[in-house]
Amino acid sequence: MELTGAEIFVECLKAEGVDTIFGYPGGAVLFIYDELYKQQDKVNHILVRHEQGAVHAAEGYAKATNKPGVALVTSGPGATNAVTGIADAYMDSVPLVVFTGQVPRHLIGNDAFQEVDIVGITRPCVKHNFLVTDVRDLASTIKKAFYIASTGRPGPVLVDIPKDITTARCEFHYPNEITMRSYNPTYKGNKRQVRRAIDLMLEAKRPVLYTGGGVVLSGAAHELTEFTRELGFPITETLMGLGAFPSMDKQFVGMLGMHGTYEANNAMHHADLVIAIGARFDDRVTGNIEKFCPYAKIIHVDIDPASISKNVKVDVPIVGDVKHVIIDLLEELRSREERPDASALADWWKQIGEWRKADCLKYNQDMNAEIRAQFVIEKFWELTSGDAYICSDVGQHQMWAAQYYRFNKPNRWINSGGLGTMGFGLPAAMGVQMAFPEETVACVTGDGSIQMCIQELATCTQYHLPIKILCLNNGYLGMVRQWQEFFYQKRYASSYMDALPDFVKLAEAYGHVGMRIEKPSDVEGALKESLIMKDRLVFMDFITMQENNVYPMVPAGAGHNEMILV
Amino acid sequence: MRHVISILMENEAGALSRVAGLFSARGYNIESLTVAPTDDATLSRMTLVTRGSDEIVEQIVKQLHKLIDVVKVMDLAQFSHIEREMMFIKVAVDKNSACEAVKRLSDIFRGNIIDVTDKMYTIELTGDRSKLDAFVNALKDFRIVEVVRSGSMGIARGESSLRV
Repeated sequence: MELTGAEIFVECLKAEGVDTIFGYPGGAVLFIYDELYKQQDKVNHILVRHEQGAVHAAEGYAKATNKPGVALVTSGPGATNAVTGIADAYMDSVPLVVFTGQVPRHLIGNDAFQEVDIVGITRPCVKHNFLVTDVRDLASTIKKAFYIASTGRPGPVLVDIPKDITTARCEFHYPNEITMRSYNPTYKGNKRQVRRAIDLMLEAKRPVLYTGGGVVLSGAAHELTEFTRELGFPITETLMGLGAFPSMDKQFVGMLGMHGTYEANNAMHHADLVIAIGARFDDRVTGNIEKFCPYAKIIHVDIDPASISKNVKVDVPIVGDVKHVIIDLLEELRSREERPDASALADWWKQIGEWRKADCLKYNQDMNAEIRAQFVIEKFWELTSGDAYICSDVGQHQMWAAQYYRFNKPNRWINSGGLGTMGFGLPAAMGVQMAFPEETVACVTGDGSIQMCIQELATCTQYHLPIKILCLNNGYLGMVRQWQEFFYQKRYASSYMDALPDFVKLAEAYGHVGMRIEKPSDVEGALKESLIMKDRLVFMDFITMQENNVYPMVPAGAGHNEMILV
Repeated sequence: MRHVISILMENEAGALSRVAGLFSARGYNIESLTVAPTDDATLSRMTLVTRGSDEIVEQIVKQLHKLIDVVKVMDLAQFSHIEREMMFIKVAVDKNSACEAVKRLSDIFRGNIIDVTDKMYTIELTGDRSKLDAFVNALKDFRIVEVVRSGSMGIARGESSLRV
């Protein structure tokens, strides 16, 4: 039987097992929306209030579930509004399929109403993109899009569909499998390199595991934990990797990098072996590359060959899927008679214990003074036993959430790491809450970030999403202000957020619960109350200390051993 | 160091701009670029000449591999290889003496004069880059009206080949 392009579109989503998509309608996608309306019991469409929100929500969904997120937007401004989310997904390797409407084929290139070359615009920030030019290619293109997005190093794939394709007809056939001669990701690591890596681990005196988002994406948290315990080495995680290894485990030395712990960064600096797994030596992690890990040999496991030796020269590269490679490493380790050097490790742990004594994350909450943002996060962590999904925006609150919410499970920490997109948190939380309606999902945000996608409060009302919003309100773009304090002699250029709205009234206007919390002694009570209101979105506006800084810090240009403590 | 990179890619709309875009986005330099379909019409063969340290070229090759449309990549610097470029050069021969002199130089360089008028000779010349440079230089006493160069094409010698 012949189907229209719009019908094929919905059939493809069903064939891919997509149950939820996030989108916003417009002229070019009206036939698709009409079909979604007819089949609303099959595919649940969530109407966002801005296309950026659709893509971030799809990202949140994908990051929490490791399944591809799906967004649907119209041509022109619908498509350009989606670009920030697409770029965000590209930087953080989020599996995403974004469908954009396009003007009818005969109008392409004609400067038609709501026409943009979105394939051209997004080319540098997608894993791949397609313009469908024949309805007979639609099904196979969608199959390819899901395949490319979710295999290898995941990433966003955009499919641009001209309006007349959605009404054209052809026989529908959805391919079960697809092979592409130009795209064959490597999953298995090279055996010889695996043996060399284990040789180095057995010789090491001061080893450290440095793991990243790749572990979470690969679903390898369990394998990583087993391997790390077998080795007995210290482990540090990047911002994207948090939760892969239980944070409360004594082998965990905290996050590394610009706002990493003193012990993690010093362990990296003094290590003689760094085992990088699913991490990409980002500049926020390495600090000054000239001063990075001066004494260490480096093993690097990554599915993307281009990540290896991009920023830092690597001694043992292993290209492969993190999960496969860790399983092979573990097997190789267990097949050996030698064990890691216990006496050297004991000395190494003793040294790490010395660094831990600096207690670099300590802060003092005077119960009679202003609320410290750190205190709010720590209380929330206690009350949720470290099991909530924390979706963060970007700035100081993001770093505090990373430092003080100790994640024990992977996929619980949902943030914009690579692109650093303010406005990510709330829509991402919607995506997570859609995926896990019964779980506690929180959005940790600031008075700046929350206003970048605040319109999504309406989406939360429409779909009854009981997100807990922890707004750490300091009246400033806090991270900008912190840098201005440190490096621009306190000239706070445009970082003071004058004319903040009354967030309580704003939340109420959207039909939610709003609270303003001004005293440290009220923090715990407010958080508890919000958790009791299981079916309501609660916007908690915490009025916090204005000039509070994120410590410790590796200043720009410095090495890991040159941290500012307080 | 100069590297000649051969790329076999899907002959699809946008494939060329993915390659060109990669170079501009990552700040790599393109000295020349030439592309056309192969005996297999679904594939295009591109020769791209770039400059960079070994680390940069290694990264360029990896980034090219990462493009979904790219099927195979070969850095010809790692192989014994042949490189050729084609040039059209249009020279004014309005002075009597010029006709003979230009014809003689063209013969010396094994060029072909492919178009002639009273005032203009158009010469076709193929060779490696330095030969073409030398020919342009040899014609410096004449009025060069137009130079069209194809950019280098490369192929590995012997058994090595870039095929699917």
